[in-house]
Amino acid sequence: MWEPNIIKNEDIELLLTDVAERYGYDFTQYSKASLKRRLNRICLIDKFSSFAELRYRVMNHPEYLQRFVEEITVNVTEMFRDPNFYKSLREEVFPRLGTYPFIRIWVAGCSTGEEAYSIAILLKEANLYHKSLIYATDINPGVLERASSGIFPISQMQLYSENYRLSGGIEDFSKYYTANYDSVQFHHNLKEKMIFSTHNLVSDSSFNAFQLILCRNVLIYFDKELQNSVFDLFDISLDALGYLALGSKETIRFSKLEKQYKQIGDERIWKKIR
Amino acid sequence: MLKRTNIVVIGGSAGSLKVLLVVLPHLDKDLSFPIVIIMHRKASSDSVLNKLLAHSTQLEVIEIEDKMTMLPGCIYIVPPNYHMLFENKTLVSLDFSEKLNFSRPSIDITFRSAAEVFQEGAVALLLSGANSDGVNGLKEIKSYQGTVAVQDPATADVDYMPLQATLHVDVDIILKPTEIASYINRLRI
Repeated sequence: MWEPNIIKNEDIELLLTDVAERYGYDFTQYSKASLKRRLNRICLIDKFSSFAELRYRVMNHPEYLQRFVEEITVNVTEMFRDPNFYKSLREEVFPRLGTYPFIRIWVAGCSTGEEAYSIAILLKEANLYHKSLIYATDINPGVLERASSGIFPISQMQLYSENYRLSGGIEDFSKYYTANYDSVQFHHNLKEKMIFSTHNLVSDSSFNAFQLILCRNVLIYFDKELQNSVFDLFDISLDALGYLALGSKETIRFSKLEKQYKQIGDERIWKKIR
Repeated sequence: MLKRTNIVVIGGSAGSLKVLLVVLPHLDKDLSFPIVIIMHRKASSDSVLNKLLAHSTQLEVIEIEDKMTMLPGCIYIVPPNYHMLFENKTLVSLDFSEKLNFSRPSIDITFRSAAEVFQEGAVALLLSGANSDGVNGLKEIKSYQGTVAVQDPATADVDYMPLQATLHVDVDIILKPTEIASYINRLRI
């Protein structure tokens, strides 16, 4: 889908300022290059032929806002993406977490929930799920509903099953879901310890203390300043000796956190050491 | 009028690695612009490609990370399974949005971004490949007065991609693999 090039840089500023003032959703510190693509994309799929049309709809139809927010944020995710990352969680992180009487995990920017379910499966296999709680949060209520349904396209299962195996999984992956025509339903016992809630990384504050925070391929959509403020939010939300996990091309290097955290192996997992 | 080159973006798919291994050894070390390479490859591919390319050139080869600052005279490789965008003339972002042309990274996406940010200072080169990713991007480069170069389809292992480019884009120059390095070296200020 080759989107048209309707939106200009100055349009973006204007629209984002309007949206922040009118609705309290602040996207002004999102990466402009990616946002511009999302805005052009929404013009294509919702058939706006000009910036003025898009702006009119957003500003005068509050019921359109949820769709707008969902479409300009990227909601593409995978189960067990980067299998080596999950392997490190299994081998390096979970044995440590196992020493706690109670484990709290935050999946920040969980989108449609694929990572939260991956984590649930790992916790089950490490025999830690019964004493864990997974907080899965996202800015979009719509994607959280899909996450909580536990229903995913069957077309993805071959990839997920392969990822699972490469992450060190030894079970038959299909034992975790029931297939149903073109979709699969993950078993309800996987979400017994999941809490889905909206949370905006830009404006909402810390709501608990965690031993592990995962925020993978979310910060790439933020500018550096916003990335740093989110790092601060994670820092105050992490217990001493807690773990922070980012996407494979994201880093806390060059941020304030760098000196207080130690990277675990080759993966993008850092331990809070002071 | 001689245009000043601020970026060289190279896109390739099937059959393009071979070309890069011919080109990279002959690139001069003191290029006055960065080079960005967008290659289609398997999402799970490891760092073998980066190592292979790094060993073939005296320039520094760097796999792009989010919000990295680009320097002249370095070669930047877009990592598998991400799109790459330019925030401005030095800062780059990664993006995990939907595939385009069944591809992530998509050559079109990075070419368009280069066109918008660098305008007439962008040089885009499309190599061998089996789909038409990159062709729309070349049109964007052209519409911003950038320069469009294409591998001579007759020399391509898979000629579909460069052939589509020559059919649909007003190409500035067609190059054989052995001509590409000296072409890039001459873009230096």
